[in-house]
Amino acid sequence: MTLKTTAAPGSQKVGDPGDRVFSFILRAASSIVLLILIAFIVLLVIDSRESISRFGLSFLSSSKWNPVETEINKIAFGALPFIFGTVVTSLLALILATPLAIGSAIFVSEYSPPWIGKPVAFIIELLVAIPSVAYGIWGLFVLVPLMRDVVEPFLQSTLGKIPVIGLLFVGPPMGQDLLTGGVVLAIMILPTILSLSREVIAQVPRLQKEGMLALGATRWEVLTKAVLPYARPGIIGASMLGLARAIGETMAVTMVIGNSSTKITPSLLTPGYTISSAIANQFTEADSPIYFSAIVELGLVLLIVASVFNILSRILVMRLVGKGGGSHA
Amino acid sequence: MHEQAETRRFARRRASNLMSLLFVVLLASLSVAILLVIVGHIFANGLSSLTLDFFTKIPKPYGEDGGGIAQAIVGTIEMLLLAGLMAIPVGVATAIYLVEFGSGRFAKTVGFAIELLAELPSIVVGVFVWALLVRNVTGYSGIAGSTALAIIMIPIIARSVEEILKLVPNGLREAALALGTPRWKVVLFVVVPTVLPGILTGIMLSLARAAGETAPLLLTSLGNNFFNFNLQKPMAAMPLQIYNYAVSPYDDWHRKAWASTLVLIAIVAIMSGAVKFLTRRWKHESN
Repeated sequence: MTLKTTAAPGSQKVGDPGDRVFSFILRAASSIVLLILIAFIVLLVIDSRESISRFGLSFLSSSKWNPVETEINKIAFGALPFIFGTVVTSLLALILATPLAIGSAIFVSEYSPPWIGKPVAFIIELLVAIPSVAYGIWGLFVLVPLMRDVVEPFLQSTLGKIPVIGLLFVGPPMGQDLLTGGVVLAIMILPTILSLSREVIAQVPRLQKEGMLALGATRWEVLTKAVLPYARPGIIGASMLGLARAIGETMAVTMVIGNSSTKITPSLLTPGYTISSAIANQFTEADSPIYFSAIVELGLVLLIVASVFNILSRILVMRLVGKGGGSHA
Repeated sequence: MHEQAETRRFARRRASNLMSLLFVVLLASLSVAILLVIVGHIFANGLSSLTLDFFTKIPKPYGEDGGGIAQAIVGTIEMLLLAGLMAIPVGVATAIYLVEFGSGRFAKTVGFAIELLAELPSIVVGVFVWALLVRNVTGYSGIAGSTALAIIMIPIIARSVEEILKLVPNGLREAALALGTPRWKVVLFVVVPTVLPGILTGIMLSLARAAGETAPLLLTSLGNNFFNFNLQKPMAAMPLQIYNYAVSPYDDWHRKAWASTLVLIAIVAIMSGAVKFLTRRWKHESN
């Protein structure tokens, strides 16, 4: 990197014509990347303008989603149920996946002997690459029946009896609902959080750990007092990246969440939509310009939310891993 | 008295250490178990449905058993090739620009754009390409699908190639420059050849990721149950086929969905496994 300051100005003065052509070509290619991003934002904003100007903020706060005009219901697009579904399932995924991922990352990087840790880490890295539709088909044919017949009745008979918490588990267990969506998402983001946390924990300076060990601390004490405080921002960043992925994830959730109700209830056992599953399911049905515009606005909302979480997580992780922190995933 | 307290404290510390170890082992085994169960199910359900027909025939009409998903395999390969043609030059050139030439504000902006593009929800890419191409220009087509895949691949390629180029020792560049070699020759004939395996693995990684993308294809290439080599027509792809078959009501299609999942995962795993293996060996050698 230091090269630029030492060599770049010199070569410009000497001015090999090849250099100018070469750097022009590279610059043009880089501009394409920039153009794609700009076109993205511009096009999404333009196409959702009709919906934005007609519904304004009620798009985010109303829960009336009536794409088809009937005598009783006027056309209305309020995305609150979808936003609600996305928030509930992603938070659920985060709550379920984070402890598992961090615990496993600690085990792999701090406790396990290399002959266990290395293969486990390798498998996890491979699992990051499994396409989401594969998690989706597993969720649909294995997890949904399991949730419907075993897990959900069990939750209803135990946690469901407790006053306030019980409200989360009201209604007939159907399998295809918000809870199952959250579980599938949790499984999907587990490898992401795990591999990034592992990378972050590996950045903790060896001397800090050895110093404490030399003073007679147990491994657990080293972990809680030297490793975790140092790695905390990075681990939080890893979880946020997981959250960002959960928010944007489409296929796996679409296949298990039910896609049928736009009611907002406290129960996790109601079928619902997420923003992305609503796009995937309703895109082909968008026959009127306003319907199409509303769906594009859903895409815009998703883009903004996911980007915010992504940027936040990068800032947190970068602080630890340094500039080369983009090599995960 | 004091000593006794000390011993008790020590015992407590050791106990908490042991407890935490057990807890962490439990969490780790649980994560690995969950993930292995998923892979196990895919193998068990997929293997039993794999036949030769599966790879060579197109789907039978509704309700009839048999047939295969050859058209989806063709579609995936064709769209990946076109997407690669679009994404590889842009991705690699951007990475070279960022590492070898970029230091100003423009380069910073491009770097930021890549980070944002890399984590875009893939369905949004689908919406974008729909609005850009499908609606007025191409209609549902293989070209639109490839464009969506290319947009997903560009940031992956750019990021991994950037990482790899940064590993090239500056001494190498300086040595070549000191001999009076122009920068473009230094980059193309000194820097790039030393990291060529790394660049190839970055490309493979992006292809593996694109092979499994489903959501953007739903909105762009749509899918097709017949053989179609024409990129201007709606085109089938393996992940699309998995989705459509999985949510269908037919048992035979469910079995095909499992089998397609197995094949798709095998392809992705082989690609990214090869990548991991190559990078590791290559990094090892370059040290």
